Amino acid sequence: MSDAWPWLLLAGLGAFHGLNPAMGWLFAVALGLHRGSMAAVLWALPPLAIGHLLSIGIVAGLAVATGALVDGRWIYAGAGLLLIGWAAWIQFYGHRHRVRIGMTAGFGGLLLWSFLMATAHGAGLMILPALMPLCLAASPVQALGGTQSPMIALAAVLVHTGAMLAVTAAIAIAVYRWIGLGILRSAWLNFDWIWSAALAATGVVLLTNL
Amino acid sequence: MASWKPDPTFYPSPRMAMKAPAETVAYVAAFDPARQTPDAIAVVDVDPASATYGTIIEQVAMPNAGDELHHFGWNACSSCLCPNAPHPHTERRYLVVPGLRSSRIHIIDTKHDPRKPQIVKVIEPAEVAEKAGYTRPHTVHCGPEGIYVAALGNAEGKAPGGIFLMDHETFDIRGQWEIERGPQQLAYDAWWHLGHDTMVTSEWGTPDMFEEGLVPEILLGAKYGRRLHFWDLHTRKHQQTIDFGDKQQLVFELRPAHNPTKAYGFVNCVLSLENLSSSIWTWFRDGDQWAVKKIIEIPAEPADPDKLPPMLKGFGAVPPLVTDIDLSMDDKFLYISCWGTGDLLQYDVSDPFDPKLTGKVRIGGIVSRATHPGAKNGALNGGPQMVEISRDGRRVYFTNSLYGVIDEQFYPEGIDGWMVKLDVNPEGGIAFDEKFFVEWPKSHRPHQVRLEGGDCSSDSYCYP
Repeated sequence: MSDAWPWLLLAGLGAFHGLNPAMGWLFAVALGLHRGSMAAVLWALPPLAIGHLLSIGIVAGLAVATGALVDGRWIYAGAGLLLIGWAAWIQFYGHRHRVRIGMTAGFGGLLLWSFLMATAHGAGLMILPALMPLCLAASPVQALGGTQSPMIALAAVLVHTGAMLAVTAAIAIAVYRWIGLGILRSAWLNFDWIWSAALAATGVVLLTNL
Repeated sequence: MASWKPDPTFYPSPRMAMKAPAETVAYVAAFDPARQTPDAIAVVDVDPASATYGTIIEQVAMPNAGDELHHFGWNACSSCLCPNAPHPHTERRYLVVPGLRSSRIHIIDTKHDPRKPQIVKVIEPAEVAEKAGYTRPHTVHCGPEGIYVAALGNAEGKAPGGIFLMDHETFDIRGQWEIERGPQQLAYDAWWHLGHDTMVTSEWGTPDMFEEGLVPEILLGAKYGRRLHFWDLHTRKHQQTIDFGDKQQLVFELRPAHNPTKAYGFVNCVLSLENLSSSIWTWFRDGDQWAVKKIIEIPAEPADPDKLPPMLKGFGAVPPLVTDIDLSMDDKFLYISCWGTGDLLQYDVSDPFDPKLTGKVRIGGIVSRATHPGAKNGALNGGPQMVEISRDGRRVYFTNSLYGVIDEQFYPEGIDGWMVKLDVNPEGGIAFDEKFFVEWPKSHRPHQVRLEGGDCSSDSYCYP
């Protein structure tokens, strides 16, 4: 069972992203309400998922590529520092986004928005702690640079995004069809605080386990 | 500055905002026309159960004299719940209060005691001019990228006027909003259609055209503002101009439908050079362009020249001077302030192209000097001006001063300030609340009203 935890962690992080109104389901519901159709809610889901997938895919790809060149410990140290820095950035400057995409967004706009939101949240950085042990287990000698690593990284990104998409879809459909947006007033917890704390804590764990 | 749950005054949709609790205090900008004593934000008790109902319970004095407080707004509002730019855990807490004449911006904290707010930050005029590139800050709106401030002059007090952004948590001035200005030069009001990614701006003039009062030559030459500008809200590029023509002057207050799926809004034109009438226009989406249509014309009233100020004697008529309008949260009723004749009109605009007059009161007015049941001494001057509606649409508040130097052009003896309240019949119809007549201290005159928790010209919404 110990082999399963990184995959569960990847899926769990995906579900957490799916849960956060600022990562997509709320946009899908809004577009459904504007265009007056459940179809608009459903059509918003693929670009939201693809944008998210690209964001974490790029980070995972960079990690694997870097892993081919340097020792795994450096990757852990770098990821740890980045996570802590990102948490601090979100805490102090996270509210200062340039808004580029509005309510008339189409497929490309939603994809770009989802990519930017996931990137700004450091979503890709957060999957590194789960991804690295998987790659290490697959080819312990070469660590992240192993020949298996790209395939494992791809699987990791897909598992994460799959979980994110499933939760996003479930909530978007439920809120659009049955629950209604009044729920926002009480249930929209400060995910940014939880997320920043998780980023920073993960960063500290990575650094202390070097 | 942030919290675990969304600010309780944020509502996803205007429909939900209508169920908000009634306001208990109103904040009113008040200025000293002599520019001798500091202007103030007055706190007016609007809780009918309170012993001090209908009185000023606090005055927050500005640190300087001569600011000319005019319009102001909240640091954050319901647009923080928008899906594309969410800031749900920011607090609606601060009033952003510019001096229209001084270009100084005051930040007032209402959190610890809404009845005793306090100034927590002052941004000096030189900093505003340097960082924003603009001066004479006017309209303040909370929106997707923070606080939007429409300013009437550039750093030198000339054209172009435009919009600058402020951070809604730190109040840092972030700079000019426009990326591509196109032909826009004059500025006045600004608001948007969040559902259509569109910014709308209107026109008055540059500071040299109004700071000494309205200039008859400029007015008769149709050189004051007369255009609407439409922009892409997110690329910040100018898209379209609509010119109301050389017979229309002063295209002012922008009231887009609160329902974000609707692509129409209302704007008032203060003066027709043909017949001194005022008019209300609907702007709307027509194919892939914006268009306007005049839906209401309010005529001037013939009057004895002896009773008219010098500026109007030659015309023998009182122009209605519609200088503010406000739209109820359900987009049903449009309120129209006729500052010249003294009428406050209520129109049913459920069909934005077929308005129906449903209510009318008269108070003050250049000739009529109509009184109020709560007024001690008869004839009132000034007329209905800045008007604000409660979120549930049941109460309407308004004050009677327009702008220091212009007050004297139409009411030469000066204006004795007052603030009144109307009760609204949800089916149509308005009546004075006889218990609510705030006689303003003689040193100051009241202008814009903002209501606790938000009102009908503060918040914008991303969901229908």
